[in-house]
Formats: sequence, structure tokens, C-alpha cells
Amino acid sequence: MLTTKFDPLKDKMLQVLDPKGKVVDAKLEPKIDDETLIKMYETMLLGRTADTKALQYQRQGRMLTYAPIKGQEAAQVGVAAALGKEDWFVPAFREMAALLYKGAPLKQLYLYWYGNEEGNHFDPDLKILPISVPIASQINHAAGIAYASKIQKKEEVTVAYVGDGGTSHGEFHEGVNFGAVFNLPMITVIQNNQFAISTPRSVQSKAKNLATKAVGYGIPGIVVDGNDPLAMYIATVEARERALKGDGPTLIEAVTYRLGPHTTSDDPTIYRDEKDFKDAETKDPLIRFKQYLIDKKLWSDEKDEEKIKEFTDYSNKIFKEVEETGLVDLDDVFDYQYETLPPHIEEQRQRAKERGGK
Amino acid sequence: MAVMTILGAINHTLDQQMEKDDSIVLLGEDVGFEGGVFRVTKGLQQKYGKDRSIDTPLAEAAIIGSSIGMAMNGLKPISEMQFSGFMFDGYNQLVSHAARMRNRTRGTYNLPMVVRMPYGGGIRALEHHSESLEVLFAHIPGLKLVIPSTPYDAKGLLASAIADPDPVIFFEPKRLYRAFKQEVPEKDYKVEIGKARVVQKGDDITVVAWGALMPEAIKAIKLLEDQDISVELIDLRTIAPWDRKTVVESVKKTGRFLVVHEAYTSFGPGAEMISVINEQAFLYLEAPPTRLGGADITIPLPKGEHHFIITPEQIADKIKDVVKF
Repeated sequence: MLTTKFDPLKDKMLQVLDPKGKVVDAKLEPKIDDETLIKMYETMLLGRTADTKALQYQRQGRMLTYAPIKGQEAAQVGVAAALGKEDWFVPAFREMAALLYKGAPLKQLYLYWYGNEEGNHFDPDLKILPISVPIASQINHAAGIAYASKIQKKEEVTVAYVGDGGTSHGEFHEGVNFGAVFNLPMITVIQNNQFAISTPRSVQSKAKNLATKAVGYGIPGIVVDGNDPLAMYIATVEARERALKGDGPTLIEAVTYRLGPHTTSDDPTIYRDEKDFKDAETKDPLIRFKQYLIDKKLWSDEKDEEKIKEFTDYSNKIFKEVEETGLVDLDDVFDYQYETLPPHIEEQRQRAKERGGK
Repeated sequence: MAVMTILGAINHTLDQQMEKDDSIVLLGEDVGFEGGVFRVTKGLQQKYGKDRSIDTPLAEAAIIGSSIGMAMNGLKPISEMQFSGFMFDGYNQLVSHAARMRNRTRGTYNLPMVVRMPYGGGIRALEHHSESLEVLFAHIPGLKLVIPSTPYDAKGLLASAIADPDPVIFFEPKRLYRAFKQEVPEKDYKVEIGKARVVQKGDDITVVAWGALMPEAIKAIKLLEDQDISVELIDLRTIAPWDRKTVVESVKKTGRFLVVHEAYTSFGPGAEMISVINEQAFLYLEAPPTRLGGADITIPLPKGEHHFIITPEQIADKIKDVVKF
């Protein structure tokens, strides 16, 4: 078991690919078919490109506050690739690459940050929960979903995401503990990107690593190189098998680094150590995964450039469609408050209409 | 027809609904094996098993948060906050998520969930066991709040709350849990959410109350028997969305309004009702619409609680004040 071989109490970290894209231990290398490997890399690249573009749109005054994913693509795609269609994905708010892999349309992901609830209106078959801003609260939703899976005997696993800052939150404890107590088919992934806005990881917890928290809940935990998509993949495959066998939840800490700001309203240069940042840039998940695919003759630098251009054009096209959506209709902001709108809210809607609202 | 207390009626309704619908689960602290600290859920774990009557860890955010997840994945969770004064750790889940999920997902995920909690003072309990926090729920778009005052309504409102596709907060007047019995039909029936009940008709003043203060209001009216004051008494039953129509029509007829609640007076439920009456029945008023609420002080521990609790005498005096204005 990976969770025993890479014991978080011994501060071990699972890695398959080193920062240069070389396999560190051939026994760990997963057998993933070429098509899936390419899909994984392309989704990471699309995530990176769409992310870069989103920042540009925001700087141009066309996009609202946006939370970038740069540097965290592997921590997301490695997990999403190990899930089945039937599995649930419960995001925090910095998981665009995972959502893309799970099938969420880029248009919706952009729409959310553009300021439109339609961005959270996912096709229910995707089994993606809406973006959750209140830190760590979504872990409790994941626990409830997994509880329902268990007692209704549905063969499905629920994955919840949270950040390193979120592990300080009471809801993290309540949710992970609930999952553990009832032995639920659930995986909690901590994206440890080293910062909660400006506050470093060291201020969140005195623990050596965040996966050791699993010990206190009586569940397996593992520290994974979060910039290594193959390591994230095998850790998730194992956790998922355990969950489906009825052996309960797993806590995965993905060690990564946020290469951008917390959101577009933030300036990381004032709080991050530039040496750390430069070092983190050398561990960029895209660099290593690209090299791995090049070594496997599945990719090339030319292909990379071609794809970046394609994804840039695609992002521009999608964002143009997003901008064309304009403002939300009046009915839209009233329609979904309750299944049947109480009369006094209906009156408020009518008054807004009488004032010319559409 | 069986004779039941409010507590008995709630237990009977949970049993009846769980028998009918496999997707209903109960969860909360001590609700399973023990049947809750008040024994409201007594016997249900023994009948429906541990999967459907869940003793949870002592964690209110997990209780309400997991209910949200359950409701998104095919279950109808009915959770219990042991006392409404303990719900604050779960309040984030109610306000930030339960109230918003339908709107946030443009109607993809509605949350058919009920959160039960005993509320109110007068049982000589410890600190944090006596609050009346109606407005903390009634103020939030996306939530509903109901409060029965009789066994009959407890059954009908709970059945409606369970059937409702949106989250419903179900306040239980713990002072009345075992205070009296009433005949409750065996058949499955509903009391509509958002519909008040006119307890007695009258011409001089409209008095609105609910939950634990209903019996006090009835006693107050008895105290006024020799006063030649004809009171129209309304049991509001649903606080959000409250039955504006019934109350406003009544005030148009009587010209006078008094609302009585144990909740703190300032920014309390009465303030909202008086605003609506001023907006919709101003020209019919013979006296300022008035509220009688709990003093704006932390509800005292048992030895001082009598200074806080609203008595039939206070209600009767207030009715006289309004009528004689």
C-alpha cells in the first residue's frame, strides 16, 4: 500500500516523476494508455492557457476577480484522471483543470468568474458540485454525498478539495472526521500550494506535513508530490479502490506551489520568497509531464506550441461568447430562490419589473 | 384517533414518514440509540436501523453540511440540533449553502432537508438552552421556518416540511413538548407551510403569536373575559414565509394589532410584521401596531428567567393598552 510505504509520519513523499520528467521508480510508474496520457497533458495545458488568458482578461477590465491555478495543474488532473464518470467531484474554488478534465465546459468556468451563476449550472451527469467559497465547508457536503452513496449502495466515490489554509478550519475537521467515523467512500485532497492568500503554510499547522492529520482520524494519509501527475494518479487510484471496497476514506496532501497570486486582487511578490518562487518554477508540473511524454514519443515541442496556440484561440473564442452573454435577466435572479416563490418575493419581482427591470 | 403530546406527534410523524419513504434519514447528536435528549426520536433507530437513524459525531457543521450532501445524492435528511442555541457551528452551512444551493446551481440541486431544533425558554435549563432565534433564519432568503403550537399542527407541519423541496427549519417549542395532549388523526395529512390559523375570531384587536406563547396568549384572552374586548387570535405557524394575507386582512377588520414573541424585541419578528401592516393596512388602523417581545438582554439563567419570560398578564395588559389607545 502506498499509504504505508510513504508513511506521512516519516515525512515520506510519493513521487513518480522528478522535476525533469524522469521516472524515479519504475515499479511505481502507472500503466496509463497513450490516449489518456495525452488527454491528461492537454487538459493541464488547456488549464494553464485558459488560466493565463483569464488573468489577461481581468487586467484588461473584462473579467472580474479570478483565482488562478498556475502551478497546480497536476494536483488536479492527476486526481480527475483516476476517477470514473460515476464519481463525484466537490471543488473548493481553485480547481479549474480538474473540472475541465471531469467535463465541465470552459465557458461555464469562465462565466462564473465573469459574475454569472450560470457558471455553476453544471450538467448533473457530470457530478460536479458548484464552486464553494466558504473555506473547507464543502468537505461536509462530500461526506454527506458519500454517506448517501454508501447506504444506497451506489458504486461511486466522492472527492473533495481543500487548500492548506482550509486544514485549519473547523469544517475540515468535522467533515474528514465524519467520513472516517462512517467509513465513507470519500477522498479528501489538500492542495498545499504553500499559501492562504499571504499566510504561509507554517502558520496553518505545526504538523510536519498535513497528511499526518489522517492519523488522528484513523484513516490512511499520504503526502504526494502535487506537481507530479502520475504520483497524484496512483495515489488516487489506490484511495478510490479502498473506498469502493468499503475500506473508507483517504487523505491526500498534494504538495505544490501557487505560481500566481491568490486572486487577481493579490500581489504575491510582497510576501513570497523570490528564491522559493524561482525554485518552484523549476518544478512546474507542465515541464516534467511534457518531457515524460516527449520521452515516450507522444509529444514534441512543435506540438506543444501548436496546442498552446490552439488553446489560446479557443480561450479567446469562448471568452468572447461569455462576454456576449452580458447581464443576467431579472427573472433569473428571482426564479431559483425557492421552488415556489412566496407571494411577497413575487411582489418584489413585479415591482422591479414595473420599474423597467428585464 | 390517538391522543398525543407535541413530542409524541413529532415522533409519530417521523415514524409514519420514514415507513413510507426509504430515503428519509435522521441524524444528530444522540438521536439514534437514545432517541435524543428529549426522546423525540425514541425507538426509530431500533425500528429503522443505524443507517437511517444516525448518531453522529458531536459536530453541528458536519450534521447540517452532510445533510446538504445527502440531499444532493438522493436522501431526505432530517437533522436535529440538540438545542437551537447550539446551532451556530452549523449556521454557516445553513446560510452559506443550504439557503443558496438551488439558486447557486440555477435549480439543478434543490435540498429537500429539514433541520429540527427545540427552541425557547421556560424550562429552567442551562445557558445556551433557551434561545428564540427566529429572525436568524427568517432573514435568510432560501430558508423556511415553521413553528407548531399544537400536536395536530406539529404533525401536519412536519409532514409538509419533509415533503418540501427546499430546506425547512422546524422549531419545536420545548416548553410545550409534554405540556398537553390533543387528538391527532392517524392518517397522513399536511398543514400548509405559509398558512396561519385563526384560533378565535374577534373584532377589536388582532393578536398574533406562535409556538410556546400560544397557550400564554389563550390564557391572556381568558383573563380579559369580563373586559368586553373581542380578540382575533392568530397562530402564525410559519414564520418564513409568514401569512401576510391572513394577518393583514384581520387587521383591516379589527383596526388593531399586537404581536407577541419571546424572541428579542429589537429587530425581532414583530418589527417585520408591523412594517408590513403599516405598508398594507395603515388607513385601517385605530392604534399603533404594537409588539410585545423578550427584553433585549441575554436570556437569564433559571433564577432570573422570570424577569424575561412573557406572562399571560403582560399580554393581557398590552391588549388593553392597544384597545384603549
